[in-house]
Amino acid sequence: MFNITEKKLLASNIKLIKVYAPLISKKNKPGQFVVLRIDESGERIPLTIVDSDPKEGLITLIFQEAGKTTAKLGQLKEGDVIHDILGPLGNPSEIKTYGQVVIIGGGVGTAVAYPEAKALKTVGNRVITIIGARNKDLLILEDEMKTLSDEFYITTDDGSKGHHGFVTDVLKKLIEEKRKIDLVVAIGPTVMMRAIAGITRPYNIKTLVSLNPIMIDGTGMCGGCRVTVGNSTKFVCVDGPEFDGHLVDFDQLLTRQRIYLDDEIKALKLYEKDIGEKRGCQA
Amino acid sequence: MSSLTKPKSEFTNPKPSNRQAMPKQPPKERGHNFNEVALGYNIDLAQAEADRCLQCPKPTCREGCPVEIDIPTFIRLVKEGNLDEAIRIIREKNNLPAITGRVCPVENQCESHCVLCKAGKPIAIGALERFVANHDNKKELRKVVVDKNGKVRKIVAVVGSGPASLTVAGDLSKFGYDVTVFEALHEAGGVLLYGIPEFRLPKSIVRDEVEYVKSLGVKIETNVLVGRTVTIDELFSMGFEAIFIGAGAGTPYFLNLPGENLNGVYSANEFLTRTNMMKAYKFPEYDTPIKIGKKVAVIGGGNVAMDSARTALRLGADEVTIIYRRSRDELPARREEVENAEEEGIRFLFLTSPTRFLGNEKGWVKGVECIKMQLGEPDESGRRRPIPVKESEFLIDADVVIIAIGQRPNPLITQATPGLKADSQGILKIDENLKTSRDRVWAGGDITSGEATVINAMGMGKKAAKLIHKFLSENQAHAI
Repeated sequence: MFNITEKKLLASNIKLIKVYAPLISKKNKPGQFVVLRIDESGERIPLTIVDSDPKEGLITLIFQEAGKTTAKLGQLKEGDVIHDILGPLGNPSEIKTYGQVVIIGGGVGTAVAYPEAKALKTVGNRVITIIGARNKDLLILEDEMKTLSDEFYITTDDGSKGHHGFVTDVLKKLIEEKRKIDLVVAIGPTVMMRAIAGITRPYNIKTLVSLNPIMIDGTGMCGGCRVTVGNSTKFVCVDGPEFDGHLVDFDQLLTRQRIYLDDEIKALKLYEKDIGEKRGCQA
Repeated sequence: MSSLTKPKSEFTNPKPSNRQAMPKQPPKERGHNFNEVALGYNIDLAQAEADRCLQCPKPTCREGCPVEIDIPTFIRLVKEGNLDEAIRIIREKNNLPAITGRVCPVENQCESHCVLCKAGKPIAIGALERFVANHDNKKELRKVVVDKNGKVRKIVAVVGSGPASLTVAGDLSKFGYDVTVFEALHEAGGVLLYGIPEFRLPKSIVRDEVEYVKSLGVKIETNVLVGRTVTIDELFSMGFEAIFIGAGAGTPYFLNLPGENLNGVYSANEFLTRTNMMKAYKFPEYDTPIKIGKKVAVIGGGNVAMDSARTALRLGADEVTIIYRRSRDELPARREEVENAEEEGIRFLFLTSPTRFLGNEKGWVKGVECIKMQLGEPDESGRRRPIPVKESEFLIDADVVIIAIGQRPNPLITQATPGLKADSQGILKIDENLKTSRDRVWAGGDITSGEATVINAMGMGKKAAKLIHKFLSENQAHAI
């Protein structure tokens, strides 16, 4: 029984839940994810594991309410049960001593960047962190990231906190200042990762990105998550989720992420109407 | 007067010599619903068919059955109306008769060994098995009491929950072992659940058969991916004495042609999983969407290609075309399924092979460039090798394309298990006793054969259960 033991609101429509999943909590390593299904009629969606507590058998998940499934997940309360959780899936991140690393988290991607930053710090890297969001209310894990980082930057699109602009601005500045960068890890919206790979490519700075395509099983069975990396097709679920950012065909990934956009909008609207009516009845 | 007249029926109803046809939904109707195509025999049809059986003293039909069901006996019991005993006879050898009665390629197995083949019309053994199994499910007469008292309970892990795994699990449980099945997906059944469509094998039937296996004492743990959630070595340290791997062939092949990652190009696995397991045909009541397509092209000629094409039609596609590189005679799909597809209006383009997929400015597939083929000399499979005809390229329109050219085993378990040997395609190496290269690990089904049939997987499951039983009875507990 995958019980929700704790729930927190991190930012407007970004939520954290801790779920009882003892087998997964024992095996999880940074970079891995789960596929979950909320109920009998639910779809299967991937979510990165942010943290795990093998002693208590808990895993931590952070998600932004974007479509029907994440909206439904956001409605669940402490004590509620998630019908199915499979994991840990995907390959763990390669955690080793590179030297000085720049970790970039965009939006809810910061939740994925956090465990990796923590692990890279633990093995002795000097960690520079850049986290960005549209505005200050959408920033998450600010304190956690700040505490573990040797250098820490915040950017917001509207300038409500930190640098007024994008995470890419700070990265460009670091490169222009000729700072030694041994590795860049970029996790966030696909367009952000594409931009960062574009900046580091001319300088030959190793850049890892964590991809978030549409998936069903998460075990290598359907091929829905396939993306071109270099000259070959990879399944993100079993070959990734991390890849060399300089080799990923981001435009193809962006196109494939939009396959069901119309259906997703339709499902969310129906769900919101349904929830609205239920609330109306209660009132 | 009446005592002098023989009953009328004996004059007008001589012993029927014709095979009783399987009643089906009319093609026009069934193309628009996901209900089962075959409607099944009623008692009259079943008994009329059973009456044709010659009850051979040396029944050759049994030789054609991978699990050696006592076919003549169950058919005789049908004729006598003793269906309770008929199902008992079948279940002695087969834990999943409602499934095999629907999906077995009987024309190549038991029925092809029937002596009446010489006269052209073998007994409809598959249809009779289906009838008996249905009767069983309807009456819910199963009361299985597994007496494990007094036996040394050794525990066995089974990886995967498809036909091979369910069979080995059920049989080992009958032998008195404590069996746990580990399934990666959220429900047990494997390819029976995610692959074979509702209209050929209703999911309620699969669930009933899984429940039967559970009633034998088997525990099923879903949401456990062996290789990630737990490893084979961890299962041993948890105390399992023997492990059977029946994880199937779940990784789809792609063609590696330009445009294959365009939106609207699916693997058959994805298309069928969305529809069957996730019930995308009920979107938005169910949350998983699917692109239906107006013009659908299916690449391949096996059962999975037929299932994909007929599923696309039922979802509401206007036109569905199967593209196959050889001719009709070489189609690897079951003849019955090819005929069903043709009756429903599926188009076939034979001697045709795709060369690339074309997309529109938004990244969606809009067509398939194909090339004509001709048949050359037979290849290693014994079928004539298709050879492209130079400069014969042509285009067909398609807004959904389904690649159904085969599957291979998922490499995860092999990667996560030191010492477990597989070939370059991921097919596990086993000896004649179904033993893998690892101690106390057996394997069977598609993970050892590539892609075969449900009944072959079950046959291997039966054999594995006997071999594991023999090994565990002769050997001491596993030293941990």
